[in-house]
Order: sequence, then structure tokens, then C-alpha cells
Amino acid sequence: MNQLLQYLTVFVLSIVVGFEVISKVPSILHTPLMSGSNAIHGVILVGAMLVLGNATSTPEIVLGTLAVLLGTLNVVGGFVVTDRMLEMFRGKPEKPRGEDAA
Amino acid sequence: MSRGTFIDLCYLIAALTFIVALKGLSSPRHARQGNLVAIGGMTLAVAVTFAQPHLAHLPWMIAAMAVGAAVAVPTSRFVKMTAIPQLVAAFNGVGGGAAALVSITGYLALSRTTVVCSGGFLSECHSTGGVQDVAVYKILEVVLGVVIGTVSFAGSAIAFAKLQELMTGRPVTYPGQQQANAVIAAAVVAIAATLLVTGSVVWLWLLLVLSAVLGVAFVLPVGGADVPVLISLLNSFTGLAVAASGFTIGSNLLIIAGTLVGASGILLTRLMSSAMGRSLPNILFSAFGAVTTASGATEKGDRSVRAGTAEDVGVLLAYAHKVVVIPGYGLAVAQAQHVVRELVDELHRRGVETFFAIHPVAGRMPGHMNVLLAEANVPYDELKEMDEANPELPTADVALVVGANDTVNPAADTEPGSPIYGMPIIHADDAANVVFLKRSMRPGFAGIDNDLLYDPKTVLLFGDAKDTLTKLLAAVKAA
Repeated sequence: MNQLLQYLTVFVLSIVVGFEVISKVPSILHTPLMSGSNAIHGVILVGAMLVLGNATSTPEIVLGTLAVLLGTLNVVGGFVVTDRMLEMFRGKPEKPRGEDAA
Repeated sequence: MSRGTFIDLCYLIAALTFIVALKGLSSPRHARQGNLVAIGGMTLAVAVTFAQPHLAHLPWMIAAMAVGAAVAVPTSRFVKMTAIPQLVAAFNGVGGGAAALVSITGYLALSRTTVVCSGGFLSECHSTGGVQDVAVYKILEVVLGVVIGTVSFAGSAIAFAKLQELMTGRPVTYPGQQQANAVIAAAVVAIAATLLVTGSVVWLWLLLVLSAVLGVAFVLPVGGADVPVLISLLNSFTGLAVAASGFTIGSNLLIIAGTLVGASGILLTRLMSSAMGRSLPNILFSAFGAVTTASGATEKGDRSVRAGTAEDVGVLLAYAHKVVVIPGYGLAVAQAQHVVRELVDELHRRGVETFFAIHPVAGRMPGHMNVLLAEANVPYDELKEMDEANPELPTADVALVVGANDTVNPAADTEPGSPIYGMPIIHADDAANVVFLKRSMRPGFAGIDNDLLYDPKTVLLFGDAKDTLTKLLAAVKAA
């Protein structure tokens, strides 16, 4: 029970932080932000590695391996896509490129 | 410092990087660094997990990771920018699936070493002769992880199919749908309750299957421009499923990261739906299409439209004072972002004031159009958001609508019966002339007819947006 309480504490505090950390997001960043947080929940890969690492029966090994595979897709794909979206904004907001031509 | 403490410290650092990353991702200036920080944290977390004592089945683990990376990197690197939304849906879905699997595997491991206790809710069970019982709250955590994760997996799969046009993008509805969905949801709850009492693994598998059905049923009636908002919601679900898995396997890192995404995802979903002028329940439960069929094309079947030639429109543009380009998904599909840039450059050379007016949901996702135009090197200051662009439109000579439809549909202002009523639009109809570049008379993504097409001041140029823009460019140069 103490263990549960400790996890609940972390859970509740994380909810507060999650709400606070996102406030005003310009609409151009909605998609990158979604994609970025999509990559962050890919941390399930760590969970998948842990359950596979402690697996003993065949069903556990099969399910664990599958979970690692899916988790890897989530993490790697999520970060690469987000980076690809964001690299197009590089430096633009501070220094618009049309300026020097005019 | 023991190895366990060191690993936990690294997990703490990783959790911190995720918070910093989310903060960064919500400001244009720090978005890219934010993502890189998260990549760093994730790499650290995965790397130290290998240092966990007694980690078995390493060959399987490494093989699965190698295959996953080998699939994910090229897919996300080389897929066309227009297909990004469905890619996000897919990566979100696999995350949900992984969370469900981790919860199940965690439960299998628990029930292997322990005996399920039949005590009351949240009761801690006492060890009986070396074997500890599984407390009911432990099963509840598993149930939550499996249900939420699987709903997210199945729902994302349908969202992917809709965006990839493997199935109709329109809402799928049938009589009694709400009731049918309620029955499925009730069945999920009933099975979950049975599982809590019996703790039998058979019920867990049944729960898995039925949750998948629920995910599909939940997503089918959502269609059209609402799908991105739905993906954002499912993204938040996956976060919560990850947090539930974290409870099951006892990982603070999973609880923190999952909950962060769950909470911020809900907020982001609300931001997105308010950008479309709709509430979230409205998006989820009021099948968009139902109204369309009632008030749509029927009475407006055979009105005439004015089709023009590229030459005429080229002259119109070349001698205008102010041109507003309103891009939509059609521009992206035709891969015309580079040509449109050339056209705008040419107009600038001729002294025509020209800028892009970007609707918050232009493209298939908020911000999608900005990404596409940025890819074509359109300077940031030539992109104006809707609120900034609308006051300029009454003084514009030409509104050039490239592959957009719903985002300029005046029905959103004037027809209370229309499914898009209340959605903020770009007021192309305020400009002196409106030029539509369209592939055909087919209605837009939301499937609604657009009165502006029949307006006397509107000229239509049919054809692929890229071809038409190329011809327009030549016509402007010749004028």
C-alpha cells in the first residue's frame, strides 16, 4: 500500500506538471508538439525491456518481444518525424529570410 | 552508490528532460532543442536499462529493437510530408499497443509468482506461505493499461486508415450507433469487473479483444477535419496507458512520462478543437456527416460556375495590388508548394503585395501547412495566421484559393444547419475577386458544398494545382 501511495504521489504531481508545462501554444506548433509528446510516451520501450528481461514463460517472452518491437517503433519513429517537422522552422522566427532581399 | 540507485538517478534525469522538452516544444524558438533534449533523455533511459541486473533474453530484445529501428527510421525519414499525420497516428497506435502488452506481460509475471486474493477493493493481501497474493488494485492497474492502450491502438489504426484513404474519411454512422457503442463499453466494464474478482487470465484476453472493438467503434463516427483532434486525444490516451503500465511494473519513469503526455495531451486536444471553434464532446459524439446528407447538395445541384483560363487569371494577378494566397490540403497533395512560392516571388518582383493566409487547420493538421510552406522556403513573415489575414482581405484584389475549400466556406458563418457552422474561416469572400484552383467540383474533406464556388466574382481553374500554378506563373511572366 505504501508503494501504491508513492506511485500515486508521482502520478498526481505529474498531472499538475503536465497541465502547467503547456500553456499558450501557437497553432503552428500543435502538430510538432503532438508528435513530440507521442515520442515521449515511447518510454514504454523501457517498460517493455524490463518485462521481457524478467520473462520466464514462453507467452511472456513472445509478448515482451512484441512490446519491445512496438515500443521501438514508437520512440524512434516519433522522434525522427518530430525532428523532421521542426528542422523546417530552423531560425526562421528570429530572422525572416525575405528581409535582406528587400 | 549501488547500481540500482545509479539507474534510478538516470531515470530521474530522463523524466526531467521530458518536462524540459514539452516546455520547449510549445515555443517556436526552443521547439527543436526541446525535441533533442527528449531524445537525449530517452537514449539515457534505454541505455541504463541495459545495465539492470539479471536482464534476460537480450538477443530477443536487441533483435526486436533493431527491427523496430530499421523500419521506423526510413519510414519517418522518407515518407512524404503530406503523409505525416497518418504517420503520427501509426506511431501513437503502436505505443498504445506496447503499453497494453507490457501490462499483460506484467500481469502474467505477477500471477506466476503470486496467488490472487479475493479481498475487497484496494485491500493489501498478506503473504501466505511465501507466495504473495495479487492485490485487487494491482489487477485494476492492469485493466486500465490494457483497456486504454488497446483503445488507443485500435482507434489509431482506424484513424490511420481514414487519413491514408484506405477507407472513407467521412464519419461512419449507422442507426443505433450510440446505443451499440454504449453496449460495447458496458461489456468492457463488465469483463473488467469479472477480471477484478476472479483474476483469471482468460478474462484478460477477452478484455483485450473487446477493448479493440471499443476503440474501433469509438473512432468510426469521427471523420473529416476532426481526425487530427482525435489523434491528439488518442495520443493522450496512450500516455495514460503508459502511466498505468508504470504502476503495474513499478516504474516511476513510466508513470511520470506517461502522465505528462496524458495531461498535456488533453490540454493540446482542447487547444486544437477550439482552433476549429468546436468543443471536444461535439467532435467525438456528433457525427459530422449526419447533417451534410440532409442539407447538402440536394437543392443546389445544378447551379453554374465560372471556369476561367490560366491566361485570364494570370493577367488578373499581375495587375492586382494585393493578392492573398490561401493554401489548403490540395496544394500539399499536388506537391505544389515550390511552384506557389515561385509564383509569389514573381508577383513580388512585379510589385504586387502578396502573402499567404494560413487557416489554423489548413492541411490535415494544425500547423501542417506552415511546415509544408517552410519546406519550400517561404519566408516566415509571408505567412499570416487567420486572425491577422482576415482584416486584410476586404482590401485584397484577389484571393487565390489553392486546394482549400472548407476553410473558406462562408456556410460556417451563414448556415446554422451546416456541419461546419461556427468554425472560424478565412474570409476569401471579402476579396474583390476569388480564384479557386480545384481538381474537380468534389466537395472538401468535410464533404460540404461551398457556396463561394457559385459566386459571380469567383473564377475556377480546374486541374492539378501544380500544373495550374505552373501555367499561371507563365501567364504572369508574359503579362
